[in-house]
Amino acid sequence: MIRRARRGSRLGVGESRATVIALGIAAWVIGMLWIFPVAWTVLTSFKTEQDASAQTLHQGLTVARYSDVSHSTEGTLSLATAFTNSLIIVLVSTTIVMLLALPAAYALAIRRVPKWRDVLFFFISTKFLPIVASIFPIYVYAQKWNLIGTRTILIVLYIAINLPLAIWMTRSFFSEVPRELIEAAEIDGTSLFNQLRSVILPIAAPGIAATALLCLIFAWNEYFYAIQLNFAGASTMPQWVIGNVSTRGNFLAKLSAASIIACLPVILAGWAAQKRMIRGLSMGALK
Amino acid sequence: MLPALVFTIVITQVPFLVSIYYSFTNLKDRTQSLIPEPTRFVGIDNYKAIFNDAFFRQAMWTSVKMTVLAVVLSLIFGTLFAMLLDRTFFGQGIVRTLLITPFLLMPVVAALIWKQQMFSSLFGILDKVLAFVGLNSVAWISDHPLGSIVTVLVWQWTPFMMLIMLAGLQSQPSDILEAAGVDGATPLGIFRQLTLPHLRRYLELGALLGSIYIVQAFDLIDVMTGGGPGSTNVPYFVYQESIGGGFRYGSASAYAIVVVIFSIVIATFSLRVLSGLLKDEERA
Repeated sequence: MIRRARRGSRLGVGESRATVIALGIAAWVIGMLWIFPVAWTVLTSFKTEQDASAQTLHQGLTVARYSDVSHSTEGTLSLATAFTNSLIIVLVSTTIVMLLALPAAYALAIRRVPKWRDVLFFFISTKFLPIVASIFPIYVYAQKWNLIGTRTILIVLYIAINLPLAIWMTRSFFSEVPRELIEAAEIDGTSLFNQLRSVILPIAAPGIAATALLCLIFAWNEYFYAIQLNFAGASTMPQWVIGNVSTRGNFLAKLSAASIIACLPVILAGWAAQKRMIRGLSMGALK
Repeated sequence: MLPALVFTIVITQVPFLVSIYYSFTNLKDRTQSLIPEPTRFVGIDNYKAIFNDAFFRQAMWTSVKMTVLAVVLSLIFGTLFAMLLDRTFFGQGIVRTLLITPFLLMPVVAALIWKQQMFSSLFGILDKVLAFVGLNSVAWISDHPLGSIVTVLVWQWTPFMMLIMLAGLQSQPSDILEAAGVDGATPLGIFRQLTLPHLRRYLELGALLGSIYIVQAFDLIDVMTGGGPGSTNVPYFVYQESIGGGFRYGSASAYAIVVVIFSIVIATFSLRVLSGLLKDEERA
């Protein structure tokens, strides 16, 4: 029984072989079910528009929709523009988030500044403040300072939405670093910067990577601020996808292709980092 | 720490204070409103109006239903799926990869996929399935707006909950489980007596993070229903009142402030959960 528990599962103590197989099949069925809408969209993106609308497959598969969406008509938002805007906004905001979060996490987890718990609460509590409660002043002042439709305003706001989460998570990872190591470094007279670089960062690196990835995902997928403050000028990928919804004619296959293009970078990054994310999302957050 | 603190205060707290000021005025967007009138101080008029606003009450109720349903359902599914995945079987990694994908999608894209491909009466798969088994078609989004949106929310957030619960399950010491098995405990007994108490903190964390993000849901509603009865939650309501068409920043701010007061009540409760987590850490 013990042998089976080890080879099988943690919960599977005393289960028969049939149960183990049945539950494995159940997991596969659920996996298929959950991915179905995405898989169907991938299939649609390779169809002709007629086949896509009828949900049939008479005319074979083609990559023509992908070239359709990447060559936009004059005057509309092009893929290249939206992609560049998104990339710049996401990379710059995430870099600044991490640059602000790392010292803050250091102060909260390792230095243990006075009232560190209150400060941490404050950061998390800003996430409870509905975005709508602060959007009007931001909108009014962004208008006043000519920031509407610029990348700058989105970068600033994406830093604000991701910073609390980033501080929360990096703090947890920092507190996993054994105190003896830090104390030893302090006795040796290592400077703060070198302490961070040679003692803390190597241990906390996987967690920091997971945190940065989560910030990238939230910033890449953000839509509310993007349409409110950025309807012209520096539009991002979500707006480009929406732009492919047409009121005239069939657009399902094109829309599917656009959706896949817009989501692919984040999906690939997420797949590559899934194990790290499991740790980053919870183990760190609870430690 | 100071730069982060200053930045957060400037970007989140200062606008909030300005919002409080706006909520006592009749501020409107001059370029958008039909009858431009100078901004003046109106006292608590905006707040009085809120208590007579049935649409706002409806939006509050929708928000509560949407958040609670989506968080509870995705937690239940997430836990079940995590338990299925926390065992060795053929293609475990592939199934996990399939399951997490919806969480990585843009909410806008998730909404479009469901609206155009699944729910749509013109091209929808669900209707094709219904027709195949001989049932009448259902106007999913227009007849069941809340249900449709909750479905998509659950579809997207179940993987997130699953990741958290998976970490919880994997941190469970396996020697205790084996000992329980040797002592003749039933799988159900082990789950109730050992696994569930161990998972409690992870469930709390999932519920907390889930509600923070789900209560703010905007993209799905904007793309799938564009508001309308039964699917306008509070963020969407305030949006319609202001930059989404009303341009009445003064009264919209008052709505937002009321929301903040409600959020504070909920947040205090959630923060107590958090402080429980931190206390545990100190003891450890």
